[in-house]
Amino acid sequence: MNLAWYWTALIAFGIVNFLLISASVLVYAERKVSGYMQNRPGPNRVGPFGFLQPFADVLKLVFKENIVPTAANSFVHSLAPMLMVVIAMASGALIPFARGVVIADMAVSVLVLLALTSISVYGVTLAGWSSNNKYSLLGGLRSSAQMISYELSMGLAVLSVVLISSSLNMVTIVEDQGGGYGIFAWNVFRNPIGCILFIVTAFAETNRAPFDLPEAEQELVGGYHTEYSGMKFGMFFLAEYVNFFIASFVIVTLFFGGYLLPFESVLLAQFPGLEDSILLMIMQIGTVVLKASFFAYLFIWVRWTLPRFKYQQLMTLGWKYLLPISLVNALLVAIGVIIFS
Amino acid sequence: MLSDFIPFFIQLGIAIGLSFTLLKAAALIGPKRANVIKQGTYESGMDPIGSAHQRYSVKFYLVAMIFIVFDVEIVFLYPWAVSFREFIAAGVGPGVLGVIFLFVIILAIGLVYDIKKGGLEFD
Amino acid sequence: MTVSILFFVLAAAALTAALGMLLSRNPVTSALWLILNLFCVAGLYLTLNAEFIAVIQVLVYAGAIMVLFLFVIMLLNLASLPDLKRIEWKRIISFMLGMGLLAMLTFIIAHALDVMPDPLSLDLAAETGSASSLAKVLFTQYAMIFEVIGILLLAATIGAVVIAKRKPV
Repeated sequence: MNLAWYWTALIAFGIVNFLLISASVLVYAERKVSGYMQNRPGPNRVGPFGFLQPFADVLKLVFKENIVPTAANSFVHSLAPMLMVVIAMASGALIPFARGVVIADMAVSVLVLLALTSISVYGVTLAGWSSNNKYSLLGGLRSSAQMISYELSMGLAVLSVVLISSSLNMVTIVEDQGGGYGIFAWNVFRNPIGCILFIVTAFAETNRAPFDLPEAEQELVGGYHTEYSGMKFGMFFLAEYVNFFIASFVIVTLFFGGYLLPFESVLLAQFPGLEDSILLMIMQIGTVVLKASFFAYLFIWVRWTLPRFKYQQLMTLGWKYLLPISLVNALLVAIGVIIFS
Repeated sequence: MLSDFIPFFIQLGIAIGLSFTLLKAAALIGPKRANVIKQGTYESGMDPIGSAHQRYSVKFYLVAMIFIVFDVEIVFLYPWAVSFREFIAAGVGPGVLGVIFLFVIILAIGLVYDIKKGGLEFD
Repeated sequence: MTVSILFFVLAAAALTAALGMLLSRNPVTSALWLILNLFCVAGLYLTLNAEFIAVIQVLVYAGAIMVLFLFVIMLLNLASLPDLKRIEWKRIISFMLGMGLLAMLTFIIAHALDVMPDPLSLDLAAETGSASSLAKVLFTQYAMIFEVIGILLLAATIGAVVIAKRKPV
């Protein structure tokens, strides 16, 4: 999009607000879904069906005291949650929401996304270190070791997508999946192992169950955010939910055709007037949000289905299984590209 | 191009503004009643024994070191992935794939060595 | 014009960050300054239109190498450094002035002898700094050197394992 900077700023502001709202909807959805999965109603007191519960929670967090332990490094103690929120919100700029509707469309946007992921390790590490608490430090060390271990397999899964579409640009990657075979040109069919690898590593990178060891409450109390309360804790919480929503968007963009409608090329051939119309744009935005919501639901679903890993199981899975598999997968995809071109 | 990054930096600026606002709003609105017990370090209700900043297992260092090696490897693979179709069009696809294959094998030896030596055993 | 203003802003920020890293007393704060410095250098690459290199700079240096630094600082408990010496400002300032003079002299001599490299135009830089132009030479002309890099990385892995897994004597 070539817009004046103030329009870009307005849209960016809109996307940040969209992410804030969707985070509170996701908090509500998570509590409601887990309630039904455990045969209890979930939140149902604040507002109709308890829908205003997350807003009440936000108000509660704002009115709480900002406690910084005397032993903590107060600057780094505030820097860590800020870093988490900034990275989570900034990655929203890279997601294409419809044809031509993406804030930052640079030639290397997939790499920028990976770079943001790699920086988010600091939020966890610094939170653990600055609290000067044994549980925090252990939780921070553990989760940063976990995040860097799974980052490699994630990078290789993205690499296999880049091999297929031969571009580092997210929009090009999406458009490349709109071939003549309808949904069968989606990368999930062209590169199924890469898709599974990416989804698993996305769970690990966002510290969601079954990879939520950093906050294993039986052994580490709250992990890296043991010493955080009030709004700073709320910021970690917000970042977690925004992160897994963004992760769902990225899964959809890289493997499930992004904003493309299923069989879009067939549809466009049938109704040529639809091309470049506002209606198509709205349909595309609806499609990508719908697809991403399914994966957000998957994140919640998995949380109540799989038990948490032990630490050595997690490291074994990351280094002895996922990394070799993703290396072999990248080479296999390369051979496939040679054969099919 | 630099101009492609400007929208991204705008979003980054808005995100920084948001996180500042959240922190400052909470600091302004929330009560401020500090006391020694509340500001103390949490250690399951006991008085903390020693500082948390102690020496930790060297295994984390090993994980980080091997992570760097493989991260650099993956970074080297990205230019290849982007232009692999160009290589195929130029007729050197299998040859370049051979080069990459050898590179991956060399680094896989390191991973296998590390696993055999128990460098990644956490227990 | 904007690019040259950006250059001076980023260069000043990078220098400040580097000085902050050298002067701060806490190892973790030092590491944070260094991370800021690496970001500024990535910004400098961006002003030269080398976006691939800029992102790689963040991904590898800030995202991987600095994580290792932070880990080591935490693992060794460097948070409390023993007996720090006071900084001797006179020596530092005289050193900086001396280096400035040396840089100016080198510039003048290089200018007089006409050995200055020609600056690339930004469009050409955007072309040569991209991933595919890098790939064109790296995997064909310099394939041998590429494999040697692989062996170097292998040596780093094995060295790390040998040091960390050494049995206590």
